[in-house]
Amino acid sequence: MDVSVKNIRKEFDRYPALNDVSLDIRSGELIALLGPSGSGKTTLLRLIAGLEQPTLGKIYFGAEDASHRTVQERHVGFVFQHYALFRHMTVADNIAFGLTVRPRGQRPDKAEIRRRVGELLEMVQLSGLEKRYPNQLSGGQRQRVALARAMAIEPKVLLLDEPFGALDAKVRKELRRWLREFHDRTGHTTVFVTHDQEEALELADRVVVMSQGAIEQVGSSDDVYDRPNSPFVFSFIGDSASLPVTVTDGAMLFQDEPIGIAPKPRDIQGGNGTLFFRPQDVALVADPAAPALEGRVATSRRLAGTRIADLDIGKPGEAHHVEIEVPLEASAATGTVLRFRPTRWKTFAE
Amino acid sequence: MAHRSFRLRSPTTEAPLARYTLMAVAFLFLALFLILPLVAVFIEAFRKGAGEFFLSLDDPDTLAAIRLTLTVAGIAVPLNLVFGVAAAWAIAKFEFKGKAFLTTLIDLPFSVSPVISGLVYVLLFGAGSALGPWLKSHGIEILFAVPGIVLATVFVTFPFVARELIPLMQEQGTGDEEAALSLGASGWQTFWYVTLPNIKWGLLYGVLLCNARAMGEFGAVSVVSGHIRGLTNTMPLHVEILYNEYNFVAAFAVASLLAALALVTLVVKTVLELHYGAEIAAGRKH
Repeated sequence: MDVSVKNIRKEFDRYPALNDVSLDIRSGELIALLGPSGSGKTTLLRLIAGLEQPTLGKIYFGAEDASHRTVQERHVGFVFQHYALFRHMTVADNIAFGLTVRPRGQRPDKAEIRRRVGELLEMVQLSGLEKRYPNQLSGGQRQRVALARAMAIEPKVLLLDEPFGALDAKVRKELRRWLREFHDRTGHTTVFVTHDQEEALELADRVVVMSQGAIEQVGSSDDVYDRPNSPFVFSFIGDSASLPVTVTDGAMLFQDEPIGIAPKPRDIQGGNGTLFFRPQDVALVADPAAPALEGRVATSRRLAGTRIADLDIGKPGEAHHVEIEVPLEASAATGTVLRFRPTRWKTFAE
Repeated sequence: MAHRSFRLRSPTTEAPLARYTLMAVAFLFLALFLILPLVAVFIEAFRKGAGEFFLSLDDPDTLAAIRLTLTVAGIAVPLNLVFGVAAAWAIAKFEFKGKAFLTTLIDLPFSVSPVISGLVYVLLFGAGSALGPWLKSHGIEILFAVPGIVLATVFVTFPFVARELIPLMQEQGTGDEEAALSLGASGWQTFWYVTLPNIKWGLLYGVLLCNARAMGEFGAVSVVSGHIRGLTNTMPLHVEILYNEYNFVAAFAVASLLAALALVTLVVKTVLELHYGAEIAAGRKH
């Protein structure tokens, strides 16, 4: 089912947690809401679920305005960050809960419920654990029980709040792959919240990057990584370096010195701005007379197949700190002067 | 080099002398101020043998006092159970204006002398009050009758359940309730199947304590009861009357019943903790 969020504003005690947020989620899509803590991503998820009411704006499920529907009426599957499993119920009773609380006319009979629970357990690969209690399960197992419980009510939309947040790195990786397969198999419209960009980029069809209660960019992993549309997205996703630059007469200057790159049509064409580039998108310049960025190595470290150099660039007293990748064979001892140019970059006006 | 071995003790453990002194002080204090008086009650009650003990209990006024105490507790405890759950629910799970005020109000019966609690009702419903003549003309008896005793008991015992539940419910948060609602449960189903099981042990504690106090309350009840033998005398009041009449065996016999109630409460609490300790702990954790 399509889900549309239209001009949502949400205030907590007069402080806006979300401000004029709009988002269209297509049916069957796997969407990540990515942002630092306090960016409003969990609030947006809870608004879609109906666990919070918007101050302004509307939420559509398909063509229907669901803004005033209660959480029960919205019929979404919600997986909570800390699972929120009912600790006094067995795994089977937890999963069956959404069915057993249905009004008598719509409630499947006991045998049918048992059959469905069995199916769901098989789907989350936990067959045989029906009789266990939540505190007898590992974190990853609890997470999958929570997912099975949410799926039991056959929701059209699946919402997950930091689904892997409380798990260790290995289990997290496994579950991530498993969730992707699960989504591809079941085809639910799925929205999950995460602060882990690796998770978002790897798992999601589209990533929604959020900051300070607003959406910064919506796009595929390639879009947000290769074509960030704001300084925030550029610095939040992946590693990056930034320098203040000025563009005059078709040349880019850093502290009044040309750096050897010409602004492209998508760059600022004049005035002050900020130059962003990734550490790996640089080329060393051997010719000492050619214009380039010049920096002194503060420290350097070996990182798997590459070497990362921390450079101090610019006049003493106004030096900027950037990290670049240098070839392993290049000399990068502390104090060495390195000259380089970005090969891919983006500028944003100040 | 000579090898010397030390018996290392953890940094937070005191030297043996200090430990034993502390334990001795604690036990001595308990024995002197709690166990000794309790034993004395039973010794006095059985001073003239078991026959005399049961004979002194089999007295119409005593039986009436026991009946009244059971009736009052039977009304006050369920009332405070409902009130305590409602108040704890409101305080722990919602944000509203006047929350701090409500929290403070719940503590009021603990901070006010029970005599004052009783006096409040005398001032409210007594002959000299604005309500008094109206009540009298309509034949409604509150003071010096069962309703007044129930009111005073409810007032004195209402913090027990709420106090026990508020920290528990605050710690548990609203995650489980939200999960239940998102699965389609109604508010009532959520309370019945999710909230109540999560707080059942805390609730049981609260009810046990509330009941013990409801049966044992003296001060507030004494002010509103009027001490009418066979009619408005609860067990604690009856103990006093018997004692003042130098009827020591009967006084201590009734007192021993109250003391037995306290012991039963303690035993039930301990047994619950032993058997369901893990579950109680799990209920407190999230």
